[in-house]
Amino acid sequence: MIKRFTPLFLSTFAFLLGWDLLTRLSGIPNFILPSPLSVWTRFLKAMNDGSLPHHTAITLTEIVLGLIVGVTFATIVGYMLAKSRSLEKVLSPYLVASQAIPVIAIAPLLVIWLGDGILSKVVICALIVFFPVLVNTIVGVRAVPTALYDLMNSLHASRAQILMKVEVPASLPVFLGGLRIGATLSVIGAIVGELVDAESGLGFLLQLGDFQYDTPMVFVAVFTLIALALMLYGIVRVLENRFLKWQN
Amino acid sequence: MPHTPILTIRNLSAVFPNDNGGLHALENISFKVHPREFVCVLGPSGSGKTTLLRILAGLIPPTSGSFTFGRGEQPSIGMVFQQATLMPWRTVVENIKLPLEVEKMDEAAARKKTNEMIELVGLKGFEDSLPRDLSGGMAQRVAIARALIHDPDLLLLDEPFASLDALTRERMWTELSHIWQARQKTVIMVTHSINESLFLADRVLVLTQRPGKIKMDMPVDLPRPRKDEIRYTSQFGKLAKKLRGAIE
Ligand SMILES: Nc1ncnc2c1ncn2[C@@H]1O[C@H](COP(=O)(O)OP(=O)(O)O)[C@@H](O)[C@H]1O
Ligand SMILES: [Mg+2]
Repeated sequence: MIKRFTPLFLSTFAFLLGWDLLTRLSGIPNFILPSPLSVWTRFLKAMNDGSLPHHTAITLTEIVLGLIVGVTFATIVGYMLAKSRSLEKVLSPYLVASQAIPVIAIAPLLVIWLGDGILSKVVICALIVFFPVLVNTIVGVRAVPTALYDLMNSLHASRAQILMKVEVPASLPVFLGGLRIGATLSVIGAIVGELVDAESGLGFLLQLGDFQYDTPMVFVAVFTLIALALMLYGIVRVLENRFLKWQN
Repeated sequence: MPHTPILTIRNLSAVFPNDNGGLHALENISFKVHPREFVCVLGPSGSGKTTLLRILAGLIPPTSGSFTFGRGEQPSIGMVFQQATLMPWRTVVENIKLPLEVEKMDEAAARKKTNEMIELVGLKGFEDSLPRDLSGGMAQRVAIARALIHDPDLLLLDEPFASLDALTRERMWTELSHIWQARQKTVIMVTHSINESLFLADRVLVLTQRPGKIKMDMPVDLPRPRKDEIRYTSQFGKLAKKLRGAIE
């Protein structure tokens, strides 16, 4: 365990040291490139006055709800498309066209329609998560070996049994690959929504820091976002390790 | 045989759609199978042997003709496919247990039966291995155990030993004929080995080149249990010659 994380510790240390030396030696002012120490001080302050936990909780809520909604819809629609060629023919032009519009471009619209509260962010987040999970669900379900369907049918298995005993486990590796991409994108979705207009959340904090030339605060917000993305990525990896042991 | 047939096949034909009038895989197949009979189906590749088993297992409908089972109801079927068709995410035990799960047998009873099967096919010590760690012969034995575990009325075996080396194959013949005698099963087994069919079967059906028709229906009145040496008897030689003549 210690051995595994040694390279990570070393690279983090080198990064911080390089950053610190850069701010000391270059003379770049603190409001453009703050030193690691001033970011750390700002972090402690934001923790103490409760602002960072508060805004992080808001953003995390948006992300989690967005993921739940996006992944649920993507899985259901993806499964239906994988099972029905005719449905795919009808729907896929719309799905592909929808991907040609960057979510960033319609985020302001969604905020106008759904308000500047949490709902618009959840929807933006869900939209951005939807596509990678959808595509991977389709690919995963399509790749289920037909021989396993034959096996289940020869045993007179029910549709539900085929779903639970064959389709879910067989498509899980590809599905989780999509979820991994989706989880990382979900952070972007929430922030995009908050940057358009919000009264709270890490995106709001980031913008506030920007307006007030509180650059250390911007850094704190950015690092918190990175931490959230890493955490979500890590959770998916844990799921993969848990459920895909049979692969390697 | 005095019993009523367990399976009656009448004028069965199978045509697969293609660009010039359909591909005729089977043409006008009729035969009966009696309870506890071991029938081998022999024929050149492409003569529709696999198609015949798939129709009997209910995986595809015949183009014309019909087949009925003894008491009129769909019998439970144990099928061994040309490839072992194991679920890579399930251990040996879990793969063998699958038919019992489909039947919703309670866990304790299923465990007990599975252990018996493990013993029977000589896989003790490999209970928790994954398919990727099994040799071809072991994987095929798992598939055979899985086909037997739910005590099916009818065993459908599609060249189950084709992928094995000669030595393992001959050991499997002995094992299969033991299992067949101990469990009193009705077996329809596809093979393209004359030796294999004479070693195991009560009766051999020879199919013609595509479209498959029944060319010969030959009883195998060799004494049981059949040991290795039976291959050097004159009776065996005579039957082998007859089959070879029918296959050309
Ligand atoms: N699902 C299918 N669609 C189209 N053609 C098929 C299909 N299954 C089998 N065939 C064709 O039917 C013929 C018989 O196939 P098969 O039953 O697999 O023969 P065998 O098992 O005796 O080698 C072959 O020419 C094969 O290409
Ligand atoms: Mg075949």
